[in-house]
Amino acid sequence: MSENKKTKEREPMFSAKVLRLLKNPFNLENPITVQVLGICSALAVTVQMKPAIVMALSVTIVTAFSNLIISALRDTIPSRIRIIVQLVVVAALVIIVDQILKAYVYDVSKKLSVFVGLIITNCILMGRLEAYAMANKPWPSFVDGIGNGLGYGLILVIVAFFRELLGSGKIYGMRVIPQALYDSGYMDNGLMILPPMALITIGVIIWVQRSKTPELQEK
Amino acid sequence: MEHSNKYIFIYSIVMVVVIAVSLTVVAVQLKPAQEDNIRIEKMQNILASVNVPTAEVPKKQVIDVYHKYITNVVGVNLNGDVVEKDAEKLFAIELANEFKKPAAQQVLPVYTATLDNGDTAFIMPLRGKGLWGPVWGYISFRTDYNTVVGTMFDHKGETPGLGAEINQPFFMDPFKGKTIFDQDGKFTSIQIMKGGAPDDNPHGVDAISGGTITSKGVEKMIFDNLSNYQAYINKQKKQ
Repeated sequence: MSENKKTKEREPMFSAKVLRLLKNPFNLENPITVQVLGICSALAVTVQMKPAIVMALSVTIVTAFSNLIISALRDTIPSRIRIIVQLVVVAALVIIVDQILKAYVYDVSKKLSVFVGLIITNCILMGRLEAYAMANKPWPSFVDGIGNGLGYGLILVIVAFFRELLGSGKIYGMRVIPQALYDSGYMDNGLMILPPMALITIGVIIWVQRSKTPELQEK
Repeated sequence: MEHSNKYIFIYSIVMVVVIAVSLTVVAVQLKPAQEDNIRIEKMQNILASVNVPTAEVPKKQVIDVYHKYITNVVGVNLNGDVVEKDAEKLFAIELANEFKKPAAQQVLPVYTATLDNGDTAFIMPLRGKGLWGPVWGYISFRTDYNTVVGTMFDHKGETPGLGAEINQPFFMDPFKGKTIFDQDGKFTSIQIMKGGAPDDNPHGVDAISGGTITSKGVEKMIFDNLSNYQAYINKQKKQ
């Protein structure tokens, strides 16, 4: 990989190729709906919008920086212990994020509880490190991490939107379903706040996405 | 390219040391802020049990508000004797740790609050088990040690929308004005009743539908914890 470095010309910071790295995870290469990675946390932290957004940002930061660090180190990492090296870097970043959340957004960190720690085991991270950062330069890897983190976050926010709206009648903690509707017999759907409905919601999103995108349809 | 074993060993040692050092630095830097958060949350919880809302108060001022209302703390043992008066030490007491000690060594805090209308309230911390994990809270009484001024409950991981609702006002508010002793002075605690408590029941409140085990857990928590204070309450009443 290092040999062809010199032959390549310097690319602009935001070349078409780099922009594609940012854009693809939102649709054709979405980590959750296409690659079906990171499902566990997507089910757990999507009861309300606020934790979902914080989780999305945390994953984005960790993915981007672990991609950056691993990519910068990729020529020095002995291939026999590369997974260990990746894990150590990811774990360190996750602990830092967790500590910062505990210090500055304590109430949110309580809601996310163990799931911040579980970012370490989020398959998206290891997937991106193995598939991309180990073979590409730091800058595109960093962008790739941001793209995948945001692609993951997008699905989280969509799922959380529907679960919070239908499950507790709120959006981002604010009541949107008027009291009059409750008085006339409407009830929040208690099933929406349990994890199984998150899986079904994600299933519906995958269905909608596939039916709209011919590239994703299998014969 | 294959690396030698020596290279791999040195690489991993250096990596681990660098990361350990940086994590230590981060942890040490952030520790004061984290501990403040925990202390401030505890203060907010204590204040919530005497119906002093602090959600709108900036974090830094919570400490001042706390000292304005909470005027005294004593630590009592299971025999009802006051054994500790140091407010800092008492504030640091966690019931979870206290319950692990032998009964004779347990120290249970009682906070005294002076409210806006001049009334005095006594606050007792609570801790018990819900469905999935610990539940805890504070309950405060008028000077008769009988009538509830207010309560505050929270939980670690009860089912969202069901048991988790114990920290919502619709569950906590009905405790106000309930009594824990009947006319004959017998300890009844407060029952959390499935299907709803009758309006004229002075010792009962509504349970949360779908959150029965959590509701029962809260009921048991109130009973168990207040039982620990019985000796102290009896002594106070005689005075």
